[in-house]
Amino acid sequence: MTREEWFGVLEQRHGADLQRKFSSACVAVCGLGGLGSNAAISLARAGVGTLHLIDFDKVDISNLHRQQYNISQLGMYKTEAMKQTLADIAPYCNIITHALKLTEENLPLIADCDIVCECFDNAECKAMLVNGVAEHYPEKYIVAASGMSGLHTGNSIQTKRLGKRLYICGDGASDVADDGTLFASRVMLCAAHQANTVLRIIADKFEV
Amino acid sequence: MIKINGEIAENIAGKNVAEYLTESSYDLKRVAVELNGNILPKSQYENTLLQDGDNVEIVSFVGGG
Repeated sequence: MTREEWFGVLEQRHGADLQRKFSSACVAVCGLGGLGSNAAISLARAGVGTLHLIDFDKVDISNLHRQQYNISQLGMYKTEAMKQTLADIAPYCNIITHALKLTEENLPLIADCDIVCECFDNAECKAMLVNGVAEHYPEKYIVAASGMSGLHTGNSIQTKRLGKRLYICGDGASDVADDGTLFASRVMLCAAHQANTVLRIIADKFEV
Repeated sequence: MIKINGEIAENIAGKNVAEYLTESSYDLKRVAVELNGNILPKSQYENTLLQDGDNVEIVSFVGGG
C-alpha cells in the first residue's frame, strides 16, 4: 500500500479539506491503557498526521482484558507495542514515542501538539496533566476522561465542555477504587468519546 | 450571584478559591477549576477571590483508565 493509496482512500471518504486538517494535526495521547490504546487506534485510523504516545509501563497479562494489546506483545513497552500495532493499521501516521512518566517538568515533550488527550488512570495524574497544560500551554485543547469504571450503563458516558479549551469525557463519578475493575466495553465507550472529540476539534467543531 | 457547577452558591463572595475548595471537602490534588471560561492555574487559587457574576465549574477527577 503506497502513501498515495492510503491518503487517496482517506480523502475520498473524509473530503480533501477535512483530511488536510487531520493530516496536519498533532495529538498527544498521554497514557496508553484502556483509554489511550483505544483512542490512539481511532485517531490513527482517521488519518491524524502525528501522534505522540506516552506511557512508562510495559504490557502485562492483567492489561489484556481491556487494552488493545496482544499476547505476543507481553513485556514490551506499551509505547513500542502500540507503535507496532498502528504501523499495521495506519503505516503513514507519524508516531513519536516517549516511554516515560509524564510530569509537569517534562511537559515540553508535547509542546508541538495541538491537542492533549488525557488517558491516565490515576486521578491525581489526571489533574496534574490538565492543570499543567492549562498553566504552561493555555492555547492547547485538552480532552480528559473521568469516570468509566465498572459495569454501569453505557448511556451515562458523556462529553462535557468546560470553558473554551477543556473537554471531559466519562460519567464523572464511577471510580475504579469503588468499582474494583474496568471493562473493555465501557472504557472503549469513553475512549471513543475522547477520540471523537479530538477529531471534532480538528474539524473546527467545538460544541458538544 | 455566583454559580458553582451550575447551581447558585450563597455567602461565598470574597472567599478565595483555595478556601472554598477546602471548606467544601474537595481534594486539591484531584481537581481542576474553570472560572468564567478558562482553567484557573493552581498557582492562582489562593489569590483569586470569588465575586459576584462568577461562573465556576469544578472537576474532581476519579480514577480509572
